[in-house]
Formats: sequence, structure tokens, C-alpha cells
Amino acid sequence: MKRESDNHPKKSSRRDFLKKSLVAGAGVVATGGLVEAYLDTQAAESGEKVKVLTTDGEIVEVDKAHIRYPRVSRKKSREGIPGKKFVMVIDLARCKNARACVEKCQEGHHLPKDQEFMKVYLLQDTEYTAPYWFPKPCYHCDNPLCVSVCPVGATYKRSDGIVLIDTDRCIGCKFCITGCPYSTRVFAWRHYEEYDEDTQPYSPEASSPGVEGTVSKCDFCPDLIRVGKLPYCVASCPMGVIYFGDLDEDVVTNGTETYQFSQLIRDRAGYRYLEVLGTRPSVYYLPPVERQFPVDRGFDGLDEEVEKRYENTPYITKQKRK
Amino acid sequence: MANEQESTLLQEFAPQIERTNFIQAIWIFFLVAVIALGFYALYIQITEGHEVTGMRDNVVWGIYIVNFIFFMGVSYAGALISGTLHLFRAEWRKPIIRMAEFITIIALLIGPCYILLCIGRLDRLQYLVLYGRIQSPITWDVIAISTDIFGCLIFLYLAILRDIAAIRDFQTIRLPKWKRKLYSILALGYSGTPEQKVRLHRATDIMAAMVIAIAVIVYSVLAWIFSVTLQPGWHSTIFGPYFVIAAVFSGCGVLIVVMWLFRKIYHLEKYITRKHFVNVGILMLILAALFGYFTFSDYLTKWYGSERNDELLINLLFDEYYWLFILSNYVGVLLPMIVVGIPKLRTINNITISAIIVILALWINRYLIVVPTLESPYLPIQDSRPAWIFYSSTWIEWALTAAGVAFFALAMTIGSKFIPIINVSEMADLPPSEEEEILA
Repeated sequence: MKRESDNHPKKSSRRDFLKKSLVAGAGVVATGGLVEAYLDTQAAESGEKVKVLTTDGEIVEVDKAHIRYPRVSRKKSREGIPGKKFVMVIDLARCKNARACVEKCQEGHHLPKDQEFMKVYLLQDTEYTAPYWFPKPCYHCDNPLCVSVCPVGATYKRSDGIVLIDTDRCIGCKFCITGCPYSTRVFAWRHYEEYDEDTQPYSPEASSPGVEGTVSKCDFCPDLIRVGKLPYCVASCPMGVIYFGDLDEDVVTNGTETYQFSQLIRDRAGYRYLEVLGTRPSVYYLPPVERQFPVDRGFDGLDEEVEKRYENTPYITKQKRK
Repeated sequence: MANEQESTLLQEFAPQIERTNFIQAIWIFFLVAVIALGFYALYIQITEGHEVTGMRDNVVWGIYIVNFIFFMGVSYAGALISGTLHLFRAEWRKPIIRMAEFITIIALLIGPCYILLCIGRLDRLQYLVLYGRIQSPITWDVIAISTDIFGCLIFLYLAILRDIAAIRDFQTIRLPKWKRKLYSILALGYSGTPEQKVRLHRATDIMAAMVIAIAVIVYSVLAWIFSVTLQPGWHSTIFGPYFVIAAVFSGCGVLIVVMWLFRKIYHLEKYITRKHFVNVGILMLILAALFGYFTFSDYLTKWYGSERNDELLINLLFDEYYWLFILSNYVGVLLPMIVVGIPKLRTINNITISAIIVILALWINRYLIVVPTLESPYLPIQDSRPAWIFYSSTWIEWALTAAGVAFFALAMTIGSKFIPIINVSEMADLPPSEEEEILA
């Protein structure tokens, strides 16, 4: 509670902004046009140069690492990207608990180790069924109880299906945490140093920087989607486990493979977790059949801390007994 | 004649109102010290963040919420007991309703403070009004509780008005000037004319009925905060009435203990007799039976149907929480039924001891509703951090809990030094039957 989040764009004058350029870059494909951006010459150079169009109509070459995309305002973040209905498909047959999704997500959202927007569970439905790795983001439900119970409208459902949290509005009552049946939401129990790493102004679309005493969660990275990128977890997964796309266009991609969503779900018997609860998630799972890896591969190279998490799962306790 | 009796009664209570003796001063100092410790804990919680509590991402609500439900429940003592007894004109109520009303209003002021302790951003509390959404049960709660506090304050004020006027008119009492002036302002010019009497009586009747209704609503809304969610163990249709019954039950328990304490300390043996303990005890017995019935129905259906997550919850209750479960849901139900049910056992001390057990049992009952459910979510908790798996409250939370109890005791003490703890004016009123006889 010590720090008011310094979220207002006006306050960021201490940084050297060259607010002169309009960048036509990587973002073109998804958004179908020019993407506004600005330069931050203070950042370390990557050496990779890209050509950009300035507002004066000139084409200049700048370092790729200097390009910054401005985050949308709190107000605009309530609207959603027009004409979109986002959907995620997670292929359980491919997951081997590499945890790249978790780590990249934490890095991208400037999260401390204590907070994970993406969690990887080791599930086993019954004693005689096979265990499998189960990555779990926010399900961005179409009937979100977390949104219904919020007393101040700090969490909201957008036209593009994304459920976001405005941590500038959140009073931290945690009712949404108990409302969510999927243990998705996390609370900032104190101020973490990682929050200070983010120098950009706050936007609910980026869920960063975090604010002590408020709730946050996986946001489907709308800030990345706006500039034509895939969410951190999708882009970082070495196995291509996670597909992301648009329900209206009926297409999902993991960055390298692209499928027709409806066909993928039909062919691979896609399902939603705990359908019985009636929350209508936007995240689908493909069952762990014909797996590419044995489940034990998921323990390779894990941190001791992470390995300890699975100690009390039925699968591990049974193995130990043997 | 009524006035004479009023004076005699007031004479008896005058010493408490006039001065504070040494032991009382120590007692008050002790309570203030406990409250100060609570404020210190609060200071730490605010400066260092909620990390100093035992709450974490799975168990996001801990003993603060338990205390919230508990104090709100206790506040029921006055609302229902005093309101109902007033409406039914139960004569024996007269010496104890003042205590019940004090309990109500004090507990009602403490309860909501605990929900504030759970809120991460107290600096944004105004958002509840500025951006309030009527869809949220928390908004229902804000509306219900504020209405309840307002209604109960009016009810209590109407109930003490006649005594305030009596003290104002009571010449032999030695009071400092400011105090006398205070009484005279608070008496609102009440002088006991027949017209005033009728008006006051009517207003009290209306408020008694309203307070009962509001209290039922408040407690149901409180239960719905839990039962509207999908959490196993919370998502139950029985919760509304269950919480209402549990609330009156705990209120009865606290009332008995308060009766016992004031009886001992202020030597009220003449007014508060075994009859009062037995009568409130019988009320407690009925509520124990109802409470036991609700508890049994709730857990029986969960256990018999044994949906996977209900089963996990029941296993947790009968494993980690076995003794607490037995104490709260068996001992807490059966003990008052045995003690009050068997006439031989119905002594003042026995009833009081069982009331203490009831209070404890109900606090634990709420703990067992809140915490184990959060410890057994749909997705199993897979974590290496012990605090994230099982909730364990810290000294900060206990210090603030103690502060709440201390504030309750302090407010009862000070309240009883301001207004006689027995309703002097009502005691002086003749019972309706005798009044009729005189008229005949």
C-alpha cells in the first residue's frame, strides 16, 4: 500500500520518448494496418534494424529493440478488439512441462516468482487413468463468475471474449478469487521488486506493472495481440502445445502450425475443463492421446522448488511406494 | 408509584454511573492495551502488506472473515431476542433486554471492521459507492449492513430514551455538569406524558419488527456471499437459513455469558434469576436442535451423494480437522441440549459453561466453513510453499481478533456505566395484567 501505481502516461516524461514515429512492422498481419509506436533510445540496442515510417512521412531505420508500442488507456481496454472472439486450444498430448510458457509469461508481465498467471498441473483423473501435464491459463469464461461478483467493476468481460482486471480500480476484496472455480487469480500480498522493472505506463491490457493489494491473472496478452503478436505462452512453447486464435475466423495457430478451430476440436475430441460448472470457458483442451513424450519427461531439468510441487500428487506417491 | 420504583432502582445503579473504581479502571486499561496491540498489528499489516497474515492465494479469507461472520451473528442476540420478546410482551425479558441490545449494537459495529481487514486497498474503499455494482453480493452486503446498523441504532436509542430521561430527572445522583448536560440533550425532552409514552411505544414496536426483518436479510446476504460461488462446501441452498439459525444460536450463548458476568459484577442476583438463565437456555436448546439439524442435513447430503470435491472436503474435515469438527458440530450441539434438557442439570453455572462452549463451537463452525473449502479447490493445490497449501493464522490476525473481543468488552463496560444495564423504566412499569386489575 506504500506506492500508488504511477500509471499515468503524463508522468513518464523522465524517459526519453521520441514520439515521432509510426511503425509499420511485425504487427501488420493481424491488425491489418499501421501500428502506432514510439522510440525509446535509452534501451540497449539489439543490432537488428527495421525501417519505419515517421509521422512526417519519412522512412527511417531504427534499432528493433528501441521500438515501443504504447499501451491502450484503462478506458479503451474495456472495449475489446472489434470483430474478434479469442479462443485458446491446449494440446495435452504435447506438453512435457517445459515451463517456458510460465517463465516467459512471468517475464513479459514483470511478475515475481510467487505469482504465476500460467500454472502447470500434474493431473490424474482417477487411480487407473494416465497422468498428464495440464497447463492452465485463465479460461476467459463466457459466463464469468469472477466478473459477476466484483463489487466495483474492476474485472470485466470484453466484446472480444477477454476477461481483464483493472488494478487501478480493484479494491482487493478477493471475492473474485473465491468466485473462480479454477484457482486462476492471484493476489499481490505485498509490493514486489519485479513490478518496478516495468517502465511503461499501466494498462489493464498488459496487467503490468502490478499493484500491491490487488488481484491479477492471465490476460490473453491483448497488448501483444494488438500489434500482431501471439501471447507469451503461445510464442514461447517449444512443443507448440498452445494454439491461439479467433473463433469467428475459425482459426487457431501456435506460431508454426495453423488449424481450422472447429475441425481441430472435432478431429481431436477437444473439450473444456469442468464443463459441468457452466462457466463456458474460452480455452479448449485436446486430450492426452498418442503422446509425444512419456509423462516422466516432465520432471527433467526442473528446479527443486518446482519438483517439490508434485510430491503429493497421487502419481508420485504411488511411484514412491513402489 | 412507578416513579418511586424507578428511583429505587436508579439509586441502586447510581454507583456504577457515578464513578469508576480501581478494579474497573485496571480492567479498562487492560482492554485499551489489547486494543492498542491490535492497532499496532494493523499498522504492520498496512505498511508491510497482507503478506504478514496467513492468507495466501488459495485461502484468501482467513480468521478475519470468521470473525466477521461471528460478530455479525452475535449481533443477532439483541435483534431477535429483544425484538421478539418485546413484540410478544414476554414479561421476564425486562431485566435482560438492555444487555441484548448492547450486545447487538456493539457486535454490529465490530463485525464489519473485520471485512475491512481483508481488503487489500483500504484507500479505495469509496469505490464501493462510486463504482458500486448491484449485481455483486458484496454490494448487497454493504446496503444490508448499513441499513442494519442504522436500524439497530434507532432501536437501541428508543430503548434507552426513557432511562436517559430518568437519569436526567434523578436529582440525588452525583454527576459532573457535562454529563448531566449530555443526558439532558440525549433525552430529547422526553418527560413521560401519556402522548409521548404512546408514541414511543408505537415507534419501539415498529422498530422491533423491522430490526428482526433486517437482521434476517443481513444474515442471509452474508451467507449468500459464500453460497453464490461454485466452491464445494459453499455452493449450498441451505446456507441462508443455516446462517440465520447459527447467528441467533451464538447470540443466545453470548447473552447468557454477559448475563452471568453482569450478575456477578454488579450484584444483580435479585433481578437476574435462575429463571432467566433457564428461559434463554431453553431458547438456546431449541436453536441447538435447529442448528444441529441444518448442519446434519448439509453434511449428510454432501457425504451421501459424494461428488468428488464434496468427498475431498469431507475427508479433509474428518482428517485434518477431526477434533475441531467434533467440538463444533457434536459437542456444541449436544451439550446445551443435555444441560438444559435435563432439569437437574439446569443450574446457572452449568448453563453458562455450555453457553461458553456454544460460542467457541460456533466460532470453529465458521472456521470450518471458510477455511477447509478454500483448501480443497476443484484443481488440486500443487505448491511447494506450505503457506499456500494450508492456512495458518499469524499473530497479526490473532492480535486483531483479540482487539475485537477487547473492544466488545470495553464497550459493554462503558455502556453499562452510562446507562443502567437493566432497563429501569420498563422494570418500573407494571405488568399489563396488574395494570388491568387496578383499573378494574
